[in-house]
Amino acid sequence: MSTTRRDFLKTTGALSLAFALPVQLKGAAAQAPDPAFQPSGMLRIDPDGTVTIWATRTEMGQGVRTSMAMAIAEELEADWSRVKILQASTAPRFGDLGVTGGSQTTRSTTMALRKVGAQAREMLLQAAADTWGVPKSECLARDGRIQHSPTKRSLAYGDLVARAGKLTPPPEPQLKAPKDFRILGKDARRLDGPDIVAGRAQFTTDLYLPGMLVASIERCPVFGGKVKSFDASATLKVPGVKQVLEVPSGVAVFAEDTWAAFAGREALKVQWDEGPAAKMDSASIRKQYEERLKTPGKVVRQVGDAAQALPKAAKRIKATYDAPFLAHATMEPMVAVADVKPGRCMIWAPTQAPGMALPAVEQITGLKADQIEIQVMLAGGGFGRRAMADFIADAVACSKAVGAPVKVQWTRPDDFQHDGYRPATLHELEAGLDAQSRPVAWRHRFVGPSIAASNHFPWPPEAVELAGAADLPYDIPNLHVEWGQSDTPVPIWFWRAVPASFNPFVTECFLDELAHAAGKDPLAFRLAHLPKAPLKLGQHEFDPARYRAVLELAAAKAGWRTRKLPKGWGHGIAAHAYLDCGTYVAQVAEVEAKAGGGIRVHRVVCAVDCGQALNPGNVKAQMEGGIAFGLSAALYDEITLKEGRVTAESFSDHPILLLPSMPKVEVHIVPSELPPGGVGEPGLPPLAPAVANAVFAATGRRLRSLPLLPPKLRKA
Amino acid sequence: MAEYTLSINGQSHTVEASPDMPLLWVLRDRLKLTGTKFGCGQGLCGACTVHLGGEPVRSCVTPVSDVGAKRITTIEGLDLHGAHPLQRAWIEVDVAQCGYCQTGQIMTAAALLAKHPKPTDRDIDQAMGENVCRCGTYLRIREAIHRAAGQRKEVAP
Repeated sequence: MSTTRRDFLKTTGALSLAFALPVQLKGAAAQAPDPAFQPSGMLRIDPDGTVTIWATRTEMGQGVRTSMAMAIAEELEADWSRVKILQASTAPRFGDLGVTGGSQTTRSTTMALRKVGAQAREMLLQAAADTWGVPKSECLARDGRIQHSPTKRSLAYGDLVARAGKLTPPPEPQLKAPKDFRILGKDARRLDGPDIVAGRAQFTTDLYLPGMLVASIERCPVFGGKVKSFDASATLKVPGVKQVLEVPSGVAVFAEDTWAAFAGREALKVQWDEGPAAKMDSASIRKQYEERLKTPGKVVRQVGDAAQALPKAAKRIKATYDAPFLAHATMEPMVAVADVKPGRCMIWAPTQAPGMALPAVEQITGLKADQIEIQVMLAGGGFGRRAMADFIADAVACSKAVGAPVKVQWTRPDDFQHDGYRPATLHELEAGLDAQSRPVAWRHRFVGPSIAASNHFPWPPEAVELAGAADLPYDIPNLHVEWGQSDTPVPIWFWRAVPASFNPFVTECFLDELAHAAGKDPLAFRLAHLPKAPLKLGQHEFDPARYRAVLELAAAKAGWRTRKLPKGWGHGIAAHAYLDCGTYVAQVAEVEAKAGGGIRVHRVVCAVDCGQALNPGNVKAQMEGGIAFGLSAALYDEITLKEGRVTAESFSDHPILLLPSMPKVEVHIVPSELPPGGVGEPGLPPLAPAVANAVFAATGRRLRSLPLLPPKLRKA
Repeated sequence: MAEYTLSINGQSHTVEASPDMPLLWVLRDRLKLTGTKFGCGQGLCGACTVHLGGEPVRSCVTPVSDVGAKRITTIEGLDLHGAHPLQRAWIEVDVAQCGYCQTGQIMTAAALLAKHPKPTDRDIDQAMGENVCRCGTYLRIREAIHRAAGQRKEVAP
C-alpha cells in the first residue's frame, strides 16, 4: 500500500469511510497484515481461495476488466468462478496505468498479464511440491487447485498461500500454448454484470465522502471566454448552497447536495468576457477550411506521380466530402471527486489517462506526484473523452478552494458544450481510371484542426489525423495524400476511432464512386485492386489477405449480389484495416432509403479479424457497440456552433441513436492464431461508408456530407 | 424545506427537501440509493427511471412534492436478491457495456413486462424507445426482454 493511501486511510479512519468508499478501497485497506499470497501488485489470492485482480486499465464498457482478468486467470489456472476484479489506482504497487485508449489494452497488456498469472502458478506449484515433498514436475495446476496425480492428492490454492508467499517469483515462467487455453478464447460474461443490473456498480457520481460538498460550475459558453464579474447574491439564498467561488474553469457553486448546487447555478448571474471566439460559427469555420483547401498541405503519402497521371486518365472523377465536429456524450456526465489536504490529494475519477491528469493536479495543488493518488473508477462510457484532464482539474481546484472533499458534477448541457470534440474536416478528392477502368491515380487533400497541436502534444501536427486516408490500402500506382492544418478555437480531442471515424467514410465512399464510374461491382472492384503482398503503410504492416478475407466474409454472409432486396433498398460495403490495433473489419449495410424520405438501416453484417479473439462474446459486443455509435454519427450527430458556442444542450437537440432504430447486427469473427488485436474502435469506421454506399445503391444519390440527414438526400 | 414521508421499496423514509427537489436527488443524495442514475436532468434519457405507483417515471423531473403516498420502486427494490427475471436475463445475455444506463433500462422494461408479459418487438420499441444507451446495447436489451418474458431461448452473444 502506498504511503499516501495508508496515511489517507489512517487520518480519515478507514472504518468510517468504508460504507461510502468504493469497494476497491475496502480491499486495499484490508491488505496489511496480509495472510494472502500477493505475487504482484495486481494479483492476490486469499486463504479462502478468492482470486482478486486489479485492472490496470480503465473499464468504460469495452470489457477490459473481464479480459484482463481472463489473461491472468488463464495462466494461473484459476477457478474462474472465484475470480473477482477491482480497479487499480495510481499507487506505485500497480505500476503504470498508461492510457486506456486506441483499442490498445489487449495488445499492450495481455502478455504481461499472462506472465503475472504464470509466475503465480509456478509459485503455487512449487509450494505444493514442497508441501508433499515431490518433484514440481509431477504437479499440475487446474481450476484453482494443484494436483499430484501419482498419489491422487490435491491442494486448493487457498491452502498454499502462506507457503507460496515465501517464494520468489520466477523471472521467466513458461507460458501456455494457445491450444491449451481454457479461459481465453471462450465467451466470458462481464464480471461486473451482476453488480450493474442490481444497481450496485459504483460510479464516481455515486460516491459520498463524509463532509463532501457538491459543486456545479458555470462556464463561459464561448470557448476561451473568461469571467468578468458575477453576482451570487440570489445563489447564496438557495437553501443548501454554501459558497460561490471563481475557479479556473468558471464560477463554482458549492452546496450540500447536487440539487442545491444546480439550483444555485440557475440563480447565478455571470458577466463574461467572451473573447475573440465569439465571432466564430459553423459557417466561418467552413469558410476557413475552404480557403485552406486551396493551398497545398503536408504530403503524407506519395506513390508515383498523381499530378502527372491524372490528366492522362481516360476518366476522371472529383468530389468534396465533409464531416462535422462531434461530442462524446457519455451517459455518465463528467464527474470527479477530489479531497485536497495539506501534503496529499486523493482523487476518484473515471479517467482513461490518470497519468495525463497528474501534471494538472500537481500544478493546482503544488503537491508532488507521490503525494497524489488517483483511484480510477468505473466509467459510464468513455470513447476518449475521459482521457481529458479538465474534469479532474475542476474537482481538485474546487476541493483546494474550500478545503473539503468536493464532487464536481457536470450537467448534461455542461457535457455537450464543454467537450473536446471530434475534429470537423473537409476533403477534396480526384481520381482517374484508365481505358480498362483500372484506378491509375488518386489525389486526396483534406483539412482540419490538429489534435496534437491543439493539445500541445510533442508530436507532429498530423500525428493523429491520417488513419484511413494516408494508409489507403488499395493498389493504385499514383497516390497523393495531403493534409492541411486549419486550427479553430473549438477544443478537439480523441473520439472513438479518432481520424478513422471520418477518413474511411471519405475514402471508402470515394472508392465506391470510382467503382461505379468504372462500371464495376464495388466489392469486386475493391478485391481487384488490393496489393498482391503485405506492405508497410505508415508504421504498420498491412496484410491484404486479411483485408480480402473480411470483405469476402461480410459479403458472403450478407448475401452480396445474391440476396434479393425489396425496392428502395440497397447493399453497401466498406472495410477498414485499423492498423494501430491490428484489427480488420468489413461491413455490409442493408439500407432502405427514399429520396423524399429518410434512411433506415435494417441490417449490418460485420466480419472482423482481430487476430485471436480472447473473449469472442466481447468482440461481438464491441462490434455491435461500434456499429451503434457509428450509426448514430452517420445518421444524426453533429455539433454546430453559433456565436462561439455549441448550440446543442441535450439529447433533445442532439439526438442519439435509440432502440427502435438499431438494425439487426450479425458479427462473424475470422478464426485466427495471430496475436490478439483491439476491438473497442475498429467496429466503427466501416459503418458510415457502408451506409452511404448502400444509400447510393438504393437511390442513386451520393451523400458526401455527414451526418446523412434526409434534406441532404433530397438535394443530392 | 419541507418534510416528506416516502414509501420506497416497501419501506417508509422521511426526508427533508425543498419541494422542487426531483425525486432522483432525494433517492441519491438523501437516501444513497445510487442505482438510479443522473443522465440528463431533463427527462430525456431514461437513466433515472423508477416506478411510481407501478408506472415508470423519470425521477429527474419528478418533484418530490408530487410523489405523495404513491409507492416508489427503485432498482434496489425491484427484487430482493437482484434476481428479477429481467436482471437474470440481462446477465445471461451479457447486455451491459459501461452499465450506466442499464438500471433505467431495466426499470423501464420491468414496467413494460408488468403490463405486457409477452411483449412484441413493437411493444418493446414503444416502451424502450426513449432510453438512451450510448454504448449501443439495444439489440441485447431487446433480446433480454424477450428472454425474461420466456419467449426466446437464443442467447445473443
